[in-house]
Amino acid sequence: MYVAVKGGEAAISHAHGLMADERRGDRALPELDVGQIAQQLGHAVDRVMTEGSLYDRELAALAIKQAQGDLVEAVFLLRAYRTTLPRFGASLPIDTAAMAVERRISATYKDLPGGQVLGPTYDYTHRLLDFDLLDSGREVPPPRESDAEQQPMARVADILGQEGLLEPAQQGAPDTPVADVTREPLRHPAGRDARLQALARGDEGFLLALGYSTQRGYGGTHPFAGEIRMGSVTVEMVPEELGFAVEIGEIAVTECDMVNQFGGDAERPPQFTRGYGLSFGRAERKAMAMALVDRALRAQELGEETVFPAQDQEFVLYHADNVEASGFVQHLKLPHYVDFQSELELVRRLRREHAQARTEAGTQQQEAAE
Amino acid sequence: MSAAEKTRPGDPAYNFGYLDEQTKRMIRRGLLKAVAIPGYQVPFASREMPLPYGWGTGGIQVTASIIGPHDRLKVIDQGADDTTNAVSIRRFFQRVTAVETTEETAQATLIQTRHRIPERDLTDDQILVYQVPIPEPLRQLEPRESECRKIHAWQEYGVMHVGLYEDIARWGHIARTYDYPVMVNERYLSAPSPIPKFDNPKMTRMAALQLFGAGREKRLYAIPPHTDVRSLDFEDHPFEVQHWDEVCGLCGAAESFLDEVILDDRGGHMYVCSDSDFCRHRREQGHRGAMAGHEAVRGLTEQAS
Repeated sequence: MYVAVKGGEAAISHAHGLMADERRGDRALPELDVGQIAQQLGHAVDRVMTEGSLYDRELAALAIKQAQGDLVEAVFLLRAYRTTLPRFGASLPIDTAAMAVERRISATYKDLPGGQVLGPTYDYTHRLLDFDLLDSGREVPPPRESDAEQQPMARVADILGQEGLLEPAQQGAPDTPVADVTREPLRHPAGRDARLQALARGDEGFLLALGYSTQRGYGGTHPFAGEIRMGSVTVEMVPEELGFAVEIGEIAVTECDMVNQFGGDAERPPQFTRGYGLSFGRAERKAMAMALVDRALRAQELGEETVFPAQDQEFVLYHADNVEASGFVQHLKLPHYVDFQSELELVRRLRREHAQARTEAGTQQQEAAE
Repeated sequence: MSAAEKTRPGDPAYNFGYLDEQTKRMIRRGLLKAVAIPGYQVPFASREMPLPYGWGTGGIQVTASIIGPHDRLKVIDQGADDTTNAVSIRRFFQRVTAVETTEETAQATLIQTRHRIPERDLTDDQILVYQVPIPEPLRQLEPRESECRKIHAWQEYGVMHVGLYEDIARWGHIARTYDYPVMVNERYLSAPSPIPKFDNPKMTRMAALQLFGAGREKRLYAIPPHTDVRSLDFEDHPFEVQHWDEVCGLCGAAESFLDEVILDDRGGHMYVCSDSDFCRHRREQGHRGAMAGHEAVRGLTEQAS
C-alpha cells in the first residue's frame, strides 16, 4: 500500500523483499550468473557500459542482473558506482587507425585497402525467430578462422582527407584539458568535446529518434556512412612520474565516421563535412545515431539554419541523458500533497468566483430585459 | 516433387512470397491505383517484414505481391548482384518462393533494385521494382507530410524550383546528384529513389513497368510503360548527367555509371562499372580495361570463397 512518508519504513523494506523475490523468479530454474550475462547478453552490456560511461564488463553485467534487465536502471547503477571512483588522470587519445579490426564497412566505396569486413553482425540476417534457440545445449561450431593476416586499414576519413575532399578533424591543443561534463556543468554554447561526451553518454533511443528525424527532413545533413569500424584498441597514458606513455589496457570500441553535406564559401573550396560517433563494445546503432546528431549540432558552426530539434544544442544536450530524464519523469511518483493541496484550494476558489460571476451576469441580463 | 510442393513452392512454413494472400491483394490494389495515377503516392498498410526498414521492405512487399512461380527474379543493389543486401534479399525470395533467380538482366522478368537502373534497355515484358527510402520528393524542403499532400494536390511545385535555383545561386550548378526530382506525366512531382541522376533519362518512356515501394513511409507509386518522365531543370541550366574522364578498368566501358575503388592509401584508385552484369557481358565479348587481370581487382571479378 502506498502510504504517507511517515510510517513508510516497513513498506519500503517489504517492497525490497518483493523485488528480490521477483528478481530470483522460479527457484526451480538456475540463477542467472553475471558471467553468463557478460558473455551471452553482450550487446546489453555494451549499451550499459557506453551510457554508464564506465568500461567494465563485469560491473555492467552485475548492474543488468540487479536491474532485472532494465537497461536504463542498469546505466543508473553503473553511473552511481562510477561517481565514487577516484580520477587519476586522462589517457592519450586512442588511435582507431591502429585498431585490431573485427568489423569494418564503408558505404561510400565498393572496395578499399583492407577490404570490407562484415564481422559479427545481424545485418543481412532475416529476422525470422530461430526456434532452435528454444532448446539450450545446441552445439555451436567455432567460427572459421581467417587465414589472411589483417592488412593495414587506413581510415576512409584519412583517404578522403588526402584529396582535401573531407574537412580535417578538429585538433585540440595538446595541453588544453578535454571537457568533462561529469566534473564541470554544461555551459552553452558547449564545445564539441563536451557535446560529444554528452552524446556518448546519451540515451540510445533518444539519439536514434533525433538522428532519424534528420533523415526525414527535420534538419537534413545528407549523411553517408563513410566508415564503421569495430575492434579493440590499446589505451595508453603518461604517468607523471614516468613521463612516457605506458599501455594500461585494451578496450573494444565501435567508431562511426559519417561523411555529410558539403559546404564551402569564397575562401574555402567545397568539401564534405563530418559527424562522429564512438561507443564502447558493439553499440553500433548508438555510434551511428550519435554521428548523425553530432553533425546536426554543428549546424550553427557551419553557418546553416538551426530550426529543427536535432540542431538545437540546449534541447538535445539537456534531454539526452536517460539517468536525468528517468529520474525526473519518475519523480512524479513522489508525494506532491502540499503542492496539490495549494492548487486545489485555488481551483475551488476560482470555480466559486466563476459561478458567482455567471449568476450576477444572468441577473443583470434579466433586469436589462425587463 | 510432390503435388503439395508444386502448389506451394518454397519454405513450407510460409505462404508463397511470405505475405498472406489478403495482404498481397491489398498491395496489388494499391499498385493498380498507382499505375492509374502515374507518380501519385498511394498510401498502403505496409507490413513489418523480416528485414529492417530502410533495407528494402517496400520493394520486397511489392515484389512479394506480384511475383509468380514462373518469374525469374534479379536483385541488384548499387547496380550489382553480389552486393550483400542484394544477396540477402535474393536469398529471402529463394526461400519463400523458390523461383528461379538470375543475374542476367535480359533473362529476368522481375528486377528489384536499390539505387540503380540497369544499363541495358529493359523490355515490355519486364517489371522494375524500386526500393524507396523517402518517397516524398519535397521532404528535404518540407518535412511535414500534411503540407506536402497539399502541395501535390494544388500542383504548387514552386518550392522545388526555388530549391534548385538556390543551388545554382550558391554553387553555379544544381547540386543534386542522386534522387533528382522528376515530373511524371507532367502532373506529379516524384522521387526517382536515390538512383544517380545518370539514370534519370532511362526512366522516360521506358518499355518496362516501373513500380516503387516505400515500406517505412507506407507509400506505393508507379510509372506505367512509355510514360513521360522529365527531370526538372531551367532553360539556362539544362539537366545533364554525370561524366567521367576515366573508363571502366575491367571492361573499358565509357558509357556506363562508374564506381570508384580505392587501391591504396596513397591516392591510388580505379573505376569499375557499377552494373556488374553489363560489365561481365562486355568482358565476355572481349572488351578489356587497363586493369583487367590485375591482382588488385581479383576480388571484384571473382566470387569470394
